[in-house]
Amino acid sequence: MSTDTNAIYAEGLVKRFGDTTALAGVDLAVRPGTVLGLLGPNGAGKTTAVRVLATLIRPDAGHATIGGFDVVRQAHEVRSLIGLTGQYASVDEQLTGTENLIMIGRLLGLSRSSSRSTARDLLSRFDLLDAADRAAGKYSGGMRRRLDLAASLVGNPRLLYLDEPTTGLDPRSRNEVWDIIRGLVTDGVTVLLTTQYLDEADQLADEIVVIDHGRVIATGTPEQLKARTGAQTVSARPELPDDLEKLAAEVRQVASGPVDVRGDVVTAPVTDPSALTALVRRLDDAGLVVAELALRSPSLDEVFLSLTGVPA
Amino acid sequence: MSTMAIRNTGTLAWRTLVQIKHNPFELMDFSIQPVMFLLLFTYVFGGQLARSPKEYLAFALPGIIVQNLLFATMNTGVGLNTDINKGVFDRLRSLPIARFSPLAGRIVADVIKQAWALLLLLAVGMALGFRIGTGPLPALGAFALLLVFAVSASWISVLVAMLVDEPDKVQIFGFVLIFPLTFASSAFVRPSTMPGWLQAFVEVNPTTVLADATRGLLTGGPVAGPVIHSLIWAAVLLAVFAPLSVRAFRRRI
Repeated sequence: MSTDTNAIYAEGLVKRFGDTTALAGVDLAVRPGTVLGLLGPNGAGKTTAVRVLATLIRPDAGHATIGGFDVVRQAHEVRSLIGLTGQYASVDEQLTGTENLIMIGRLLGLSRSSSRSTARDLLSRFDLLDAADRAAGKYSGGMRRRLDLAASLVGNPRLLYLDEPTTGLDPRSRNEVWDIIRGLVTDGVTVLLTTQYLDEADQLADEIVVIDHGRVIATGTPEQLKARTGAQTVSARPELPDDLEKLAAEVRQVASGPVDVRGDVVTAPVTDPSALTALVRRLDDAGLVVAELALRSPSLDEVFLSLTGVPA
Repeated sequence: MSTMAIRNTGTLAWRTLVQIKHNPFELMDFSIQPVMFLLLFTYVFGGQLARSPKEYLAFALPGIIVQNLLFATMNTGVGLNTDINKGVFDRLRSLPIARFSPLAGRIVADVIKQAWALLLLLAVGMALGFRIGTGPLPALGAFALLLVFAVSASWISVLVAMLVDEPDKVQIFGFVLIFPLTFASSAFVRPSTMPGWLQAFVEVNPTTVLADATRGLLTGGPVAGPVIHSLIWAAVLLAVFAPLSVRAFRRRI
């Protein structure tokens, strides 16, 4: 991996705050035009990593380059490549949507008229025209996040840092934000996404880096990470609710781990590739009818749990 | 300063001033409140402290202007701390702009607000019977001196803003510091009836020299001494608090 072929490249990043080590040697590499999902429990160091890569704080050790520019020595060049959106990088609540975007356009050197037209374009693209002249503090959560995103796009950044972009959003708003992100990636933007939501990483990321206690503990595509646990999950639902106990007993015979009964669904991890056929045979012999029977890869939640020992 | 720095500072000053449009309370804070103080002091205390409210006004208006100015210096710190807390600062710092323009923009905007409050107090004062007894040049001199002092003193609030975690704490700190500083001075009454130990404090209090200088420049009386003293104070505040603030600023963000 070299600095030239990667949009984001970091090696051995260390950052301490007093006695706390937020980053204990983090390596990252993100190819242009892809989405890297940075995953980890609260306090794992995700936000610190983003802040270092966004030139907001200096690493105590290690180095990082963005588009070939060093985050410490060439911070100004890095800033002209990136757009930052997240929990912490916020719009001004006391300005309207339009004013916020005009302010950023002017700061980026656009003329008065082109910052005005850029603001208008972005507001219409993010479906905020109706709220254009309202103070951002009065926006709903979803509108606010869309304005945040719009604000980070004023300068047409090649790289976008999204720090927990959908935390606290309802499912519909979350889907809207996801669609916007997918659209940007289609346009060739490289995205660094931090999230606590595994389905979000699963949906958007080409590659995932899991960090915990300031260290990278796993890297790979979502599929690779899921395969790493080595187990698949079988789930079955009986036709008759009364058969639930009997069904659980049969599943237990083929399971490689604890059987979980939740509602009217029985799930269990299996490692033997022939487990499903064996289960079908057993059910047939026992005369049990199932309404649903499936073998699936583990969810990222299960992977996460097995990697960190902490439920996501 | 480069052209970019000047343009960035201008944009960020504009941003601070546009906020007022959406927050009428802020307008009240630096318009109605000073006028209220002016009216209360003039008509409640005026008759007791001087032969008439109007005569008291001639003495007290420069003091009221100084008091308001010192309280208003806290706005710089409150605004900065709010920006840091809300994440606006991180957004600004992730942009390719001049590094100190967020700070400079706020200071410029606050000087404009200070100038507005000064003019407003003077205009209302004159409507109530205050007269500039000197001339336009000394009056302009008073304005310049007050604004220079305001910029220097606002560095105290910048430092406080970098050290505390919430905007409210900047406000509380300002109140605790500035209340005694403005009252234990020659801003509202002549110190001659105060106990000796207090007079000793009043004499060295920067509020006193600034109020005396403003009074001299607006209504006549000794000017050179108080003006020089005020400028020395402004220089000392700047020399002490600007470097400390910049250091804290670099460390915090």
